[in-house]
Amino acid sequence: MLSYTIRRLLSVIPVLIGMTIIVFAIVRAIPGDPAQVILGQRATADAIASLTKELGLDQPWYIQYFDYIKQLFSGDLGTSLRTKTPIMEEVWPYIAATLELTFVAMLLAVFIGVNAGIISAWFSNSWFDYLAMVLALIGVSMPIFWLGLMEQWAFSIQLGWLPTSGRENIRDPIDSITNLYLIDTLIQGNFGQFMTAVKHLILPSVALATIPMAIIARMTRSTMLEVMKSDFIRTARAKGVSMFWVVYKHSLKNAFIPVLTVIGLQTGLLLGGAILTETIFAWPGIGRYLYDAINYRDYPVIQSGILLIATAFVFINLIVDLLYALVDPRIKYSK
Amino acid sequence: MKKKLLLAMVSIMIASLFLAACSSGDEETKGSGEGDNKKDSLVYGRGGDSTSLDPITTTEGESYKVTINIFETLLTYGEQDTTLHPGLAEEWEASEDGLTYTLKLREDVKFHDGTDFNAEAVVFNFERWMNGNDEQFPYYSMFGGYKGDEGHVIKEVKAEDEYTVVFTLNRPQAPFLKNLAMSCFGIASPTALKEQGDDNFSKNPVGTGPFKFVEWKANDSIVLEKNEDYYVDGQPKLNQLIFKVIPDNSTRLNSLSTGEIDLMDGVNPTDLEKIKSDSNLQTIERPSMNVGYLGFNVTKKPYDNAKVRQALSHAVDKQAIIDSFYSGLAVPAKNPMPDSIEGYNDEISDYEYDLDKAKKLLAEAGYPDGFKSELWAIPVARPYIPEGNKIAQVIQESWGKIGVDVEIKTVDWATYLDQAAAGDYPAYMLGWTGDNGDPDNFLYTLLDKDSIGSNNYSHYANDKLHDVLIEAQTEVDQEKRNELYKQAQEIIHEDAPWIPLVHSTPLLAASADVSGFVPHPTGSDYFKNVEFK
Repeated sequence: MLSYTIRRLLSVIPVLIGMTIIVFAIVRAIPGDPAQVILGQRATADAIASLTKELGLDQPWYIQYFDYIKQLFSGDLGTSLRTKTPIMEEVWPYIAATLELTFVAMLLAVFIGVNAGIISAWFSNSWFDYLAMVLALIGVSMPIFWLGLMEQWAFSIQLGWLPTSGRENIRDPIDSITNLYLIDTLIQGNFGQFMTAVKHLILPSVALATIPMAIIARMTRSTMLEVMKSDFIRTARAKGVSMFWVVYKHSLKNAFIPVLTVIGLQTGLLLGGAILTETIFAWPGIGRYLYDAINYRDYPVIQSGILLIATAFVFINLIVDLLYALVDPRIKYSK
Repeated sequence: MKKKLLLAMVSIMIASLFLAACSSGDEETKGSGEGDNKKDSLVYGRGGDSTSLDPITTTEGESYKVTINIFETLLTYGEQDTTLHPGLAEEWEASEDGLTYTLKLREDVKFHDGTDFNAEAVVFNFERWMNGNDEQFPYYSMFGGYKGDEGHVIKEVKAEDEYTVVFTLNRPQAPFLKNLAMSCFGIASPTALKEQGDDNFSKNPVGTGPFKFVEWKANDSIVLEKNEDYYVDGQPKLNQLIFKVIPDNSTRLNSLSTGEIDLMDGVNPTDLEKIKSDSNLQTIERPSMNVGYLGFNVTKKPYDNAKVRQALSHAVDKQAIIDSFYSGLAVPAKNPMPDSIEGYNDEISDYEYDLDKAKKLLAEAGYPDGFKSELWAIPVARPYIPEGNKIAQVIQESWGKIGVDVEIKTVDWATYLDQAAAGDYPAYMLGWTGDNGDPDNFLYTLLDKDSIGSNNYSHYANDKLHDVLIEAQTEVDQEKRNELYKQAQEIIHEDAPWIPLVHSTPLLAASADVSGFVPHPTGSDYFKNVEFK
């Protein structure tokens, strides 16, 4: 396992280098003079010259690139043009908000999706199977915008159970320590506030979970169907192992690799900031941070935001790779 | 057997979900925090976050909405107009030649950090601004640049005694006092500025206003609390004022319905009926200080021909657009500025909607069969143009009837502004919300040849207009000034570089128990008199 892990970790390095090159190229690929574009039409020649120097644009590209890498290694992501604050200082609350939302959404998506898929496969062609698969089809094709507003209408306005938007009760804010409110409120031992944070998470995470949930359910069902037809399942049944164990242990473990891949990809996508969900539910996450940056042409933020999201994607996939080996011991021996 | 098992498993799944939902459902009433008997904390829901809380460092309305309650200006505007009223200065006096202004300051004012407010503090603030540059203080363009610049209006700001400030100008500037009342010229605590430095100050603002800054969670909320030592007795009435970012208009209205917020701006006109039918809510109209327009690049063929522009002006049915897209919350525009602004020329008669006249003018201009062109539609919803693309389609259809075949195009907002300023678009849609309620802020800012490259997106240059506008800038007699602006509007009407479309009335909504809220045409509102009934 150790050598497998090391091999996988090493394989991440070229990917990360490739990413920095692409991200580095983005700002240089802006047509015209980036300094002019950043400062806008009314900029004076002096301001443009000083920004060119600040961005290091007067240097040859390879020196610029190495400077950029050096900066990254010292933990410097640049300074936001809009808020004039170092990105490193301001980005964490956004990341935390997105992490929390993604985590809960994926928890929902995996729990419900995998179970719905398993039951559908187990009782294939039953009413549950049909219902679940029709729901999954609707889930995949559901416009998030509409779903979000309907959720608010039903659960906030009509039933009054849940808040419409945000992360906390704004009149009684949560003291942030890590900015992960579920953890913060637990550290403080404030159960009331913990429940407030949970309540604020429910609607956006359900909206966000819908599509991955549907994809996971469909994927689980099809791979489970395949596995359950195989000989060793019949043997297990013949040996008298109960159906429950056959399904949840023997079959699931064998059917789980493709499902795990889908889960990994979906998590990566959600981490990239679910701009729509974050917009509808006023969730101050990384997706909206990046979206605002694009609207304001805040290039340093766009650059660093993409880098952060891409890095998260790479590491999620790394984790998935490592999980493969746990689920299927054969994998770690192969090249 | 198999069936029973299936049912059992499905029930377990549903039950577990229900448990999760219910355990939170019970807590809801406690958590939503409206248990207090007397509400004294108001949440204002809005579409975007502030970029800086140091008003001089930004040009952006979402920042002023907050800072106007933290900082105060020397003079202030009227409740719902832009007439001048005492602010931190109780009295003011201009010399005959318009070159010296003497302001008497209030003597009972302290900054939130305990620093005394006096003439030295005013001088300190002006010195800071005058010695800045474009990158630091973008809005300083109101006074013609910075210290040492040729066009700079202010020669010197001096503290004559502890509570008297004297401004000496290089040349008379008619809107000088109105400029002083703009939110961006809020007076900041010199002590806090020196201690914190510019960058920190924009996140920890210290002013003299009715509310003190408490906390800013980026892209989420800004919390202010009552300034207990405010110099006006009984103000502010609220204990807490919170600005909450909710980007989506429909969600914001949902949050208002549930009581999570108490007041919101950016109501979709189409939601008007829904709000009116809800007895827990009220609608509030903001007086208009804007214009939405369709502009031509007058340097591009065929729009370099005034007859073509006039012809197209006759081919836009403004009332139909207002009925369809503004729910009636707008008036047709015939001038580049709304009638709430002094100097508005009501004598001008608009190019009426008349396709025959339009055709005739087109033929006279040498385009009897029309022509092909592009129309750029504004990509984001603005108060003055809520649905750019759809309005463009209405115009496209109507122009099609006189043979002018336009293709509707659009692009992201930042690019749109850049390319429009660069003059890339033959015909485009844009708008403007006034800053200081002065005609100069519309006519000179948007249509003078000096503004080409910034806000004169039409690249319209008329020397006669330029002379009139410059004269009006230095004319101190208000009557004479108004005459000059009326003349300017005639010239613009004749040349038709724009088709002024509408002056819209932005709509706000609040819970029925909010009282004392009076929205200001500038879009930045005072909350010192707001309370819950």
